[in-house]
Amino acid sequence: MSQATAINAPAPSRGTVSGTEPRGPRPKPFFTPKKIIIYTTLFFFSLYFLFPLYVMVVTSLKTMPEIRFGNIVALPAAPSFDAWVRAWTSACTGLTCNGLAPGFWNSVKITIPSTIVSIFVAAVNGYALVNWRFKGSEVFFAILIFGSFIPYQVMLYPLVMITRELGIFGSLQGVIVIHTIFGMPILTLLFRNYFASLPQELFKAARVDGAGFWRIFFEIMLPMSLPIFVVALILQITGIWNDFLFGVVFAGTQNLPMTVQLNNIVNSAQGTPEYNVNMAATVLTGLVPLIIYFVSGKLFVRGVAAGAVKG
Amino acid sequence: MADVATQPGNMAGTSSRRGFLHRLFLHNLSAKVAAIPMIATVLVIFVGCTVWTIYYSFTSSKLLPKNTFVGFDQYARLFGTNRWNISITNLLLYGSMSLVLTLTLGFLLAVLMDQKIRFESAFRTIMLYPFALSFIVTGLVWQWIMNPTLGLQGTLRNMGWTGFTFDWISNPRMVLFALLIAGLWQGVGFCMILMLAGLRGVDEEIWKAARVDGIPTWRTYISVVLPMMRGVLVTAVVIIGSGIVRLYDLVVALTNGGPGISSEVPAKYVYDYMFGGGNIGQGLAASTMMLLSVMIIMIPWAYLEFGGKGRR
Repeated sequence: MSQATAINAPAPSRGTVSGTEPRGPRPKPFFTPKKIIIYTTLFFFSLYFLFPLYVMVVTSLKTMPEIRFGNIVALPAAPSFDAWVRAWTSACTGLTCNGLAPGFWNSVKITIPSTIVSIFVAAVNGYALVNWRFKGSEVFFAILIFGSFIPYQVMLYPLVMITRELGIFGSLQGVIVIHTIFGMPILTLLFRNYFASLPQELFKAARVDGAGFWRIFFEIMLPMSLPIFVVALILQITGIWNDFLFGVVFAGTQNLPMTVQLNNIVNSAQGTPEYNVNMAATVLTGLVPLIIYFVSGKLFVRGVAAGAVKG
Repeated sequence: MADVATQPGNMAGTSSRRGFLHRLFLHNLSAKVAAIPMIATVLVIFVGCTVWTIYYSFTSSKLLPKNTFVGFDQYARLFGTNRWNISITNLLLYGSMSLVLTLTLGFLLAVLMDQKIRFESAFRTIMLYPFALSFIVTGLVWQWIMNPTLGLQGTLRNMGWTGFTFDWISNPRMVLFALLIAGLWQGVGFCMILMLAGLRGVDEEIWKAARVDGIPTWRTYISVVLPMMRGVLVTAVVIIGSGIVRLYDLVVALTNGGPGISSEVPAKYVYDYMFGGGNIGQGLAASTMMLLSVMIIMIPWAYLEFGGKGRR
């Protein structure tokens, strides 16, 4: 019986695609056993994926007495953004009680220049690798891609020494350089593949007309690569915003990004923990990548899938 | 080689020494200048720093790097340290469970999503959004959900299910599963996206042929489609695997290595010894071991991808 449904089930659904069958797809009932199993499974997985988001938001809108009552799934009796305000302005990280706001602005100060610099460098790399190959360029690219799999911890200490020698350790410039370096493999791959997919005739025509490296890059390549820039932008903004390790090592205590401050607020707070403030702070930190994710939709998927594209 | 860009170089650099130097440095000059950041990153960071770390892991460096060689002493100390041994055991246990479950669930969900279902994009959005979040956010949310008194355990006990136990985060024997729940929550959606792309890449003709032969759908997936997705599977294993070796932020946020040292991982060992404990030699030796474990994943992959076929 199950055997029979298994054989028959895909026939109508697959048949609709090819469109070569003389008649339309066989009408089928909506509630087939197969459908019920599929939707029930997907429903329970969706619960697993959505539950933390629900808990996070609900907890952040409660008061502490309500939380101590001990029902993590209950809706707040009187939703209040009080905890959000406190998380933003006055939550304590160790001795200082300035809330998450400084961390947010530090993250902005780190993310914007790091994103711009890393994308620009990678776009130039990709362009040079496709259109201006020189001796050894493919070897450098291969090492770059393999290098992206080296654990960061392996390069961490020498990088601290190098940035210290350059006088940029513990500063915004330091962390920007680090993000540019470690964003380079994936972004270069992204741009290289994109530029390779553009018609080479355009480049050749520009060469014949006497345009040089930079002129072709700025006047022909860049205007054509808006889609890939958006993908790179999404990839970098979310990646850099979510970074913890480089922020804590290279940014210096004055510039700690939001993720580091969030962790300090929740995990090294003294006194009784305020779970509503903690969750409000967590939501606030997750908000920027979440907004980017929900706004960008399919482009985000393209960005994450880019890591899987072979070089 | 048919590039316009390389042709003049080929003609000019016939044999003379000046021609060779000219070709090496001056030909395509602006491209080479533009590629300096990439070349510097490759040579100084990816090669240079890695070699430096391996080299100094054989010295007696403590507060500062020193040039005194001590052979494998740092490694002997490393494997004589309880915390390190727990760290690698954790990584092996967590890593194997995480890899298998991420791939299995990712494939299962991708197959379900591939059944021409309704609301596909809604389901995809729900499954992938955790991937957009920071590990810190993920760790802290799950830390709160698994809070023994006020989290899920307390809630269900208050509701009358007094025997309900979900104390994984504070139970040394179960803490790895707590990490696993949070890790899977974040990573399965990404794996599903990769697998779905792989499934969609399978030729429709294969399905027709399987149907004509009367092979059940599940059988076609396992015996025909899965082997055809080898490329995607290998890529997924490499990406997920190298992510597991790096596992750090999630542990810091969720358990900070606790209770005790029962959820320590190598990446945290490296960080704590390098920047907290002031024992650089230990940190360098530990990070070299991390590199070694990535190589163990990478080399078979590189062999499969590039071996035999030669360079592209």
